[in-house]
Amino acid sequence: MTATTSARPTPDRGGAPAVRGSATAVLKAEARLFLREPAALFWILVFPTALLCVLGAIPSFREPSPDLGGLRVVDLYVPIALLLSLITAGVQSMPPVLTGYRERGILRRMSTTPLRPAALVGAQVALHGAAVLVSALLALAVGRIVFGVALPGHVPGYLTAFVLAALATLALGGTVSAVSRTTKITQAVGSAVFFPAMFTSGVWLPVSAMPEALQRIVHLTPLGAASRALDQAAAGGWPDLTLLGIMALWAVLLTAAARRWFTWE
Amino acid sequence: MAIIEVSGLRKAYGGRAVVDGVSFAVEEGEVFGILGPNGAGKTTTVECVEGLRRPDAGTVRVAGYDPAADRGPLTRLLGAQLQESELQPKITVREALELYAACYPEPADWRALAERLGLTDHLGTRFAKLSGGRKQRLFIALALIGNPRVVVLDELTTGLDPRARRDTWRLIEDVRDSGVTVLLVTHFMEEAQRLCDRIALIDGGRVTALDTPAGLIGRSAGGTEISFSPSAPLDTRLLADLPSVASVAERDGRILVRGTDETAGAVLALLAGRGVTALRLRVTEATLDDAYLDLTGPDA
Repeated sequence: MTATTSARPTPDRGGAPAVRGSATAVLKAEARLFLREPAALFWILVFPTALLCVLGAIPSFREPSPDLGGLRVVDLYVPIALLLSLITAGVQSMPPVLTGYRERGILRRMSTTPLRPAALVGAQVALHGAAVLVSALLALAVGRIVFGVALPGHVPGYLTAFVLAALATLALGGTVSAVSRTTKITQAVGSAVFFPAMFTSGVWLPVSAMPEALQRIVHLTPLGAASRALDQAAAGGWPDLTLLGIMALWAVLLTAAARRWFTWE
Repeated sequence: MAIIEVSGLRKAYGGRAVVDGVSFAVEEGEVFGILGPNGAGKTTTVECVEGLRRPDAGTVRVAGYDPAADRGPLTRLLGAQLQESELQPKITVREALELYAACYPEPADWRALAERLGLTDHLGTRFAKLSGGRKQRLFIALALIGNPRVVVLDELTTGLDPRARRDTWRLIEDVRDSGVTVLLVTHFMEEAQRLCDRIALIDGGRVTALDTPAGLIGRSAGGTEISFSPSAPLDTRLLADLPSVASVAERDGRILVRGTDETAGAVLALLAGRGVTALRLRVTEATLDDAYLDLTGPDA
């Protein structure tokens, strides 16, 4: 008796609010489970900073370059490390977890309790966001202490750009899970999104080192816009509103897409 | 007063009606069984009761609530053990019990439940490492953890060994004795016969019979079976002519007569009148198994 897709009640609908403390209990339980995933923790928390250290170990990358407006390659790679962590968390790590929760009936089991399955999804988004934040602080600290990279010149601008990039990327991950029926498909779609996302964020070639025409296209993508906005805020100014607007638009569109297509079973 | 009321329930998937006009009512404190062949619509029916599916037609009420719409109040009073679901692979038994206990306003003591279900020695084991039987017991614990008024158990003892099965039956009897209403989907006749106050037989998306276990057995033809080896040759047509006899068969010198409660007496009286002795006489009561096979028909 395997009944599949059909009209089903929306799990968020109806009735009394969730039991006090239950959302916290889910967050705590999911946090424990998150800490049991050493691979995910490594790629999100450690790898971006490790990459920064490897690149920073190359002497020529620590020399100011006139091509980069007097900056060093290692200066450019601090924001890229932040975005790399974000992409890994949002596109590689989170979507298979969400799809797995759906595929294994974990969301369905949760929807028979007074707590909605959305709490599990919310906890996963929050935990991945928190891990990225820790990773960002680590990259900034190592950049500053080890390589003398200046801390962001415009902190509110940097923070705004980072938060918008995080929202857009986590929503992108939610959409990946929403459109993929199985965990295997999710991983494939996630990888297909992962590489363009890394390219546009400047992991291989910093966006500011790309040809002008390419830069203009890349700035329209969520991570390309994020990369440019972080560079501007690092340099001490408020990022262009156009860039912030592009990221906000992506965040809204992708959140809507994820909500529209995500199913609970 | 009925705590679960299902009337005219219909649900189709891709144009195929899986549940096609199911109606029944479950009284508070009752253990109500749903029995039927695979694909009969049992799980879909209870999923509508749990509010996991919205019916295409008909109404479902649990304690007056519409399960699909009134999720808040419904989930507080109904505990469910689903046929196919898992937990997070790396969550431990203890963490799962604590997490699900935290979801309810007045949860049961999870330690007592774990003890009762023999999970105490496995509290630190991750879900993925549990055996099938222990997973099943954990899901039974989770169904009861919110102190529900109604508990829906879909294939309660599938995957349990005979001892665990009997322990689970005792647990369900205790749950019933505490006043909880139990809706039980099962394949095991012994389980249905022992636990259920009433049984709905569902076949082809419809309720084909609804009665007490004894009532269902009584309804089926050949409720009582008498078999013996006659001490002298006997014309079986004489037996077939007895008023209460449903069928007579002879195999390897043994005669098998099916009929009702009165048949045994009638057969023995006939034999006594002919001076024939019934050697190795056996009289067996039909079981729910027989009734089930009889009532669901050959194409089930």
